Amino acid sequence: MLSNNTAISVENISKRYRIGYQEERHHTLVGSALKLAVQPLRNARNLRRLTKFASGEVESPDIVWALNDISFDVQRGEVIGIIGHNGAGKSTILKILSRITFPTNGRVVIKGRVGSLLEVGTGFHPELTGRENVYLNGTILGMSRTEVNRKFDEIVEFSGVAKFIDTPVKRYSSGMSVRLAFSVAAHLDPEILLVDEVLSVGDAGFQSKCIGKMQDVASQGRTVIFVSHVMQAIRNLCDRTIHIDQGRIVNDGPTQQVVRNYLTGDSENQLSERVWGDRNTQPGNSGFRLLGLRILDSDSNTAQAFRTSESIRIQIEFELDKLIHEIGVGYDLFFADGSMVYRSYHYDDIPERWPEIQLGYNRLECVIPAGMLNGGSYIVRLCVLQQDIKWILNSTPELSFDVEFDHSRSPFFFKLRRGVIAPVLEWKRSC
Amino acid sequence: MNSPTSEDKPFVTVIDASAKFGWWNYLQEVWFYRDLFYFLVWRDLKTRYAQSVLGIGWAIIQPLFSMLVFTVVFGNMARISSDGVPYAIFSFAALVPWTYFSGALTGAGGSLITARGIITKVYFPRIIVPLVAVTGKLWDFGVGLIVLFAMMVYFGFGVTPQMLLLPMVTILMILAASGIGMWVTALAIQYRDINYSLGFVIQLLMYASPVVYPTSMVPERFQFLYNLNPMTSVIESFRSILLSTNPIPWDGLAIGLFVSLLLSVSGAVYFIGMERKFADVV
Repeated sequence: MLSNNTAISVENISKRYRIGYQEERHHTLVGSALKLAVQPLRNARNLRRLTKFASGEVESPDIVWALNDISFDVQRGEVIGIIGHNGAGKSTILKILSRITFPTNGRVVIKGRVGSLLEVGTGFHPELTGRENVYLNGTILGMSRTEVNRKFDEIVEFSGVAKFIDTPVKRYSSGMSVRLAFSVAAHLDPEILLVDEVLSVGDAGFQSKCIGKMQDVASQGRTVIFVSHVMQAIRNLCDRTIHIDQGRIVNDGPTQQVVRNYLTGDSENQLSERVWGDRNTQPGNSGFRLLGLRILDSDSNTAQAFRTSESIRIQIEFELDKLIHEIGVGYDLFFADGSMVYRSYHYDDIPERWPEIQLGYNRLECVIPAGMLNGGSYIVRLCVLQQDIKWILNSTPELSFDVEFDHSRSPFFFKLRRGVIAPVLEWKRSC
Repeated sequence: MNSPTSEDKPFVTVIDASAKFGWWNYLQEVWFYRDLFYFLVWRDLKTRYAQSVLGIGWAIIQPLFSMLVFTVVFGNMARISSDGVPYAIFSFAALVPWTYFSGALTGAGGSLITARGIITKVYFPRIIVPLVAVTGKLWDFGVGLIVLFAMMVYFGFGVTPQMLLLPMVTILMILAASGIGMWVTALAIQYRDINYSLGFVIQLLMYASPVVYPTSMVPERFQFLYNLNPMTSVIESFRSILLSTNPIPWDGLAIGLFVSLLLSVSGAVYFIGMERKFADVV
């Protein structure tokens, strides 16, 4: 039974999904024709199978357990962070708690009104005015009309778009509409707030405003569950953090400890971000100390899964206690099977174009351009050296990321082309 | 399963994978979300004809032009009987409810897929979505009805006491559209074929309803089968009530009501049964 102080009790929750089915390939005309003929039957079966599971169907190539026997309790007034890699099941937890999706097994008891912010501006319609969207979005988030009436002035004032409140939202800048949307969400006032990655939108100023608002909410004794990739935000907000990996809870405890284990943890070749906070354990020597290594997407979020049509940024953060003459900072890129793709250093171009390396704090970035890599898993290994003298870091530490091939628009450039890179090169007739 | 309780008690929500479905809770919840229903209908109306020159004019153009074409093709060329009234008003009296019915079904069929952005981010009883589509089309129906009344004045039809029955028939029409709408919506989210076929199925259904011809052209022995289509008695009643073409078809209305109720209840049951899975398959 729930104690009086428990706001959320999650008991043995599991969630099973069926992912897309495997296509069979036919190499003969007859085979293909036959396939075409029976395709409707096959489609019907597969579509049906999306929601039907044979009793006790647990293991199957196309079944994914997004959550596997998750249990935890949240006390009233607690602010909890949930962290984990992409696909670990973080968002699924929020979706179950906010009742968007239904668990396969298990039971959840929630005491109190729940507000879920899985996105800012759900249901915003570009043709409607700001005022109309406030009402629409407010009711979608679970407010009643009278509640929106009561808070309307506050919402508009907080958003800072009062002047344009009767203008259709399609004429707003994207920043304005995000501010208005966030303002509605910020006035939701539920007893339990579920937040997913909302902070990853907007500029730095907006993000800090969001964090401030969430701190307000937390300090008012409300219960908050917060899913994020931004460790800084988790550290600022949450007392307790749950680390989820492959649908299971691997760690649940005080935030500092859980985050540290997560960033430096044993699953080290599964990381898209590694940070060293303790001066004594920072990798390096000769005055070079590595602070952080990250793989970022174009929006500056650490990410592990990309498409080849996106660029990928390798970010290296380090401190120099003394200037190192002819230092070279770079990395090796390996394909998952161990073959090396390339090595790159910051001084590969003409000297005028080298990024400056200064005494003290430095942060360098290297962009892997879109349209080059093949689909697959890659490993980044850091290399730092003093030219012609010695290695400072040789192919360690490492991060990894996955890419899905999607940059060719040709009907014949298949996903599964061999090779570690898959550039689309120019072809022309030369006779 | 899920139970937001009344305002004075603290909210307790129980999500239990093995619990039985609670109808009473579900109904309470639909009631709790009534403001959302209101605003979604309102958004539908507000945005449907946004940035168009004719605006609400589009609501009457479709039935009006259909009427013109039908009058020329079926009235003047094929000389189909129109129960003794001018063919134009004969067909328009059918086109007003029919346009509502077909619009409601088309709207409902795509409604959950269009609302994907909302239903994957926020919870509310999903049955609101097709009902919003069915309700929103009532506005166009109202405009069509006004045009129909104007035509009745033009053709010299008077006010009769039977017109008091019109709201009842309208309710039957809404019931029929909601029932089929819920079925179509729930199926369409998993099987997109429904959306591809809906257009021509509705077109075929029009010929299985007395839109371009009078009910009297259907042989007596097929009348029962014919009346299983609830729109048959709806359309026939519109003509009887407004144009006094025939006596009000009470038998047909009884069959239509029964079929509509059956479709609505079974549609709601099927829809709500599927509801837990929507966010996973959409």
